[in-house]
Amino acid sequence: MTDAVNVSGLKKRFGEVEAVAGISFSVRQGELFGFLGPNGAGKTTTINMLTGLARPDSGTFSIGGIDCLENPRGAQHLIGVVPDESNLYPELSGFDNLSFCGALYGMRKTEREARARELLDSFGLAGAGSRKFSGYSKGMKRKLTIAAGIMHSPGILFLDEPTTGIDVASARQVRALIQDLHDRGTTIFLTTHYIEEAERLCGRIAFIVSGRIVRTDTVENLLQPILKKHVVHITCESLAEGIREDLASSFQGLAFTLPQNSMIRAEADSPVPVGPVVRFLEEAGAVVLEARRIRPSLEDVFVEVTGIESNAMQSEKRNGGGR
Amino acid sequence: MNTLTAFWNIFVKDMRTYYLKPPNISWGLIFPLAWTGMFFLKSGSGLESIPSLLPGLVAISILFGTTSMLSVTVTFEKKNRSFERLLLAPISLKSLMLAKTGGAIVFGVVNAFIPVIMAAFFADISQLRLIVFLPAVFFIAVASTFLGLFIAVSVSEVFEAQTFSNFFRFPMIFLCGLFFPISRLPMLLRPVSYALPLTYGADMLHGSIGGGNAMPLLLDLALLILFCAALFAASLWNIKRKWIA
Ligand SMILES: Nc1ncnc2c1ncn2[C@@H]1O[C@H](COP(=O)(O)OP(=O)(O)O)[C@@H](O)[C@H]1O
Ligand SMILES: [Mg+2]
Repeated sequence: MTDAVNVSGLKKRFGEVEAVAGISFSVRQGELFGFLGPNGAGKTTTINMLTGLARPDSGTFSIGGIDCLENPRGAQHLIGVVPDESNLYPELSGFDNLSFCGALYGMRKTEREARARELLDSFGLAGAGSRKFSGYSKGMKRKLTIAAGIMHSPGILFLDEPTTGIDVASARQVRALIQDLHDRGTTIFLTTHYIEEAERLCGRIAFIVSGRIVRTDTVENLLQPILKKHVVHITCESLAEGIREDLASSFQGLAFTLPQNSMIRAEADSPVPVGPVVRFLEEAGAVVLEARRIRPSLEDVFVEVTGIESNAMQSEKRNGGGR
Repeated sequence: MNTLTAFWNIFVKDMRTYYLKPPNISWGLIFPLAWTGMFFLKSGSGLESIPSLLPGLVAISILFGTTSMLSVTVTFEKKNRSFERLLLAPISLKSLMLAKTGGAIVFGVVNAFIPVIMAAFFADISQLRLIVFLPAVFFIAVASTFLGLFIAVSVSEVFEAQTFSNFFRFPMIFLCGLFFPISRLPMLLRPVSYALPLTYGADMLHGSIGGGNAMPLLLDLALLILFCAALFAASLWNIKRKWIA
């Protein structure tokens, strides 16, 4: 079976900035493939090139077996695209927006109106269908933008940061919708800077940093090496200077870090001796509030592979605004 | 067939959301009215001069109805990113641009008839030869719409689209022989006149009423069509280069 998307050596530069620095990957049929990376990593630029909105400087790619270098807009009928910001018509109603998007793909009036109603229904927007898009909330806008992207039931869907900038409840709904699309066989290429989201939704993930893919693998394989790790988080009221060094010299075979103020993280290849560590801290004058065993997550792998602290991803996004 | 569905819906949507909005319709009425009034006051002539003013007024109505409308709407759609949606659609860029320009062309043609209808109330315009007038109106609308397209591709802000349109339109009023013949222009400016498509369209309009054309009408028409094709090709080339960067 041909890959849904096949990319080789794709590059794009904007003046001094090498936005995408030669990436190669493939997305298999029916797969939910994730592009995980911080703001400015080159995720949107990649999607723009793959969907015909930007021209690569070099490299090749094919979509659904169609060589898009020969024929840059030749795969447009196979794909659906949901951009990071809604690109619908503010002055049209939700229903008219969907119907118009269906028409762009050649859908007949009865067909596209039935489909628009069906999507409004299943996206929980049935009551807002006749209202102008400009009056929608952010969460509603994102949902309608997704609906618009799948009006023509594309086999391959590109989703650029589908849950960024919307409220928690809407984000949860959007993730459920994505999962549902995937279950029905749609191939999905999703970008996100939420590690947890990638872990929860994606089958395979590529870590992208500064325009380069540093690692591509299944979530299972990515997690494999750290699943054997034992991690404990110990929260104290406050911590004395140099406590980390003291711990390290007293407990060989344990690695200690301070991920947050007044929190100690202990990592080992065998179960962490929580009792002795807590006693040690109390003898050193600390008031221990909580000691908790942590299930290692993709976050740990991401931090290890990319060298980017996970909380740096979040704050960067907040300051960087939405590209 | 798919392209036709897409084409038709883009056309209808633009008509509905932009061209048939009350402010645009009223602008289309005010402009020719204002120009007509101004020329009457300035020339001090009576109603009998209407047929000689009509070609210029028709040309202005088309020019002002099309150039800025198209460039402003396209720039607006580029800004709110809905234009991306069109670029993602599985239709050729050529069909897409024809659909986008179609609305403006129709709007321009409709605008052309406003001064004609107004003139019909005040003067005898029975000598108007529709067989010359209609193709002239249509191709002036096409040429000035494509000029608007060219502007839309060259700017990124709505106000730039406005400014840039005026930069072209106002000189054209004087350079293209709308109200006085090109032969009365200084020698140096005449080559500029002949490089502007409206010159040929205006000549046809003069020919359609009173027979005052300076060049053979078929030559006018051929050159006008040639300009349309060249402007469209240039815009398409520009779009591929600038919008799919
Ligand atoms: N049109 C553009 N002009 C100049 N620089 C750009 C443009 N688009 C993206 N960039 C730059 O390319 C890099 C990658 O951007 P982008 O693909 O938007 O990242 P992401 O989607 O991962 O946040 C960033 O440094 C960004 O500033
Ligand atoms: Mg982005």
